[in-house]
Amino acid sequence: MTAVWVTIVSLALATAGLKLAGPLFLGGRALPGGAMSVISLLASALLAALVVVETFGDGRSLTADARALGVGFAAAALAMRASMTVAVLGAALVTAAARGLS
Amino acid sequence: MISARPPARVDPRKARLRAGIRRGLPFGVAVFAIALSFGVLARPVMGSVAPIVMSIFVFSGAAQFGSLAILGAGGGAGAAIAAGVLLNARYLAMGLALAPSLRGRPLSRAAFALTTVDSSWAAASMGHGMFDPWYMVGVTVPQYPAWVLGTIVGVVAGSALGDPRALGLDALFPAFFVGLLFEEARGRRRLAAAGGGAGIALALTPFAPAGLPILAAAAAAVAASRMRP
Repeated sequence: MTAVWVTIVSLALATAGLKLAGPLFLGGRALPGGAMSVISLLASALLAALVVVETFGDGRSLTADARALGVGFAAAALAMRASMTVAVLGAALVTAAARGLS
Repeated sequence: MISARPPARVDPRKARLRAGIRRGLPFGVAVFAIALSFGVLARPVMGSVAPIVMSIFVFSGAAQFGSLAILGAGGGAGAAIAAGVLLNARYLAMGLALAPSLRGRPLSRAAFALTTVDSSWAAASMGHGMFDPWYMVGVTVPQYPAWVLGTIVGVVAGSALGDPRALGLDALFPAFFVGLLFEEARGRRRLAAAGGGAGIALALTPFAPAGLPILAAAAAAVAASRMRP
């Protein structure tokens, strides 16, 4: 339980700090170009990691189960320009249906 | 643009704010649904109060879902915090871009900066590196109450839903990240960072404790930054 609250307080402070650093403390100064390009790429790298771990991870092993079908649906729906809500809810429905059938 | 007109009676800042709110309303609907799924998924891991407190004070989908995924898998607070900070590191770059558009005292600049979310920041960009701060606040205005209310509804509804796996709710997590990734990973370097991050995470999952495979994916961002844009 403590881990949860430590996480919440830390992320609240860190997120505010990240948003405020530029406008308050760096006053128009730019970070070195290399640092900026790493920062702009971090979200893509971590989001992709979260996708695969949450789709195929089962503790320390990897499996392809009903979740993969649901996430595949979400990716296909988003590729066809469906809204995030449709993609996310559809993923749950497809996963639930696949579990119900198996 | 509007500079040719005589001074209007309507405060132009209020007009920009209202225009932003209109733009933000559809985002608010989507944000409500996403926050609802956060509440449903977070309650078994965090209890009933913590997810709501988190949505009030963190107000960031990527960081909240990312840290929850790690805590839910049995990772520690350190790994959950590190993942949340790395996922939100983009706010540093966004804040640097926003800084020249903010005027006034530090407190007022801070208030504007804190309303930054991805969608409002992008919508408020006027090109040439300038942003419309009141419009940005407007786009965020419908999204904040939607995020908090959605979380509350999710926490309450979640306890009535029964087995989350039978409803496929465990697929909400990765599906939500796929949605964020679709918005984020545009261009060769970002696609390379995404591909590399996925590969690193898959390769490490059998060997590393929960959370570490996600953090290690940051190495793909460093590698991709060496590529030509």
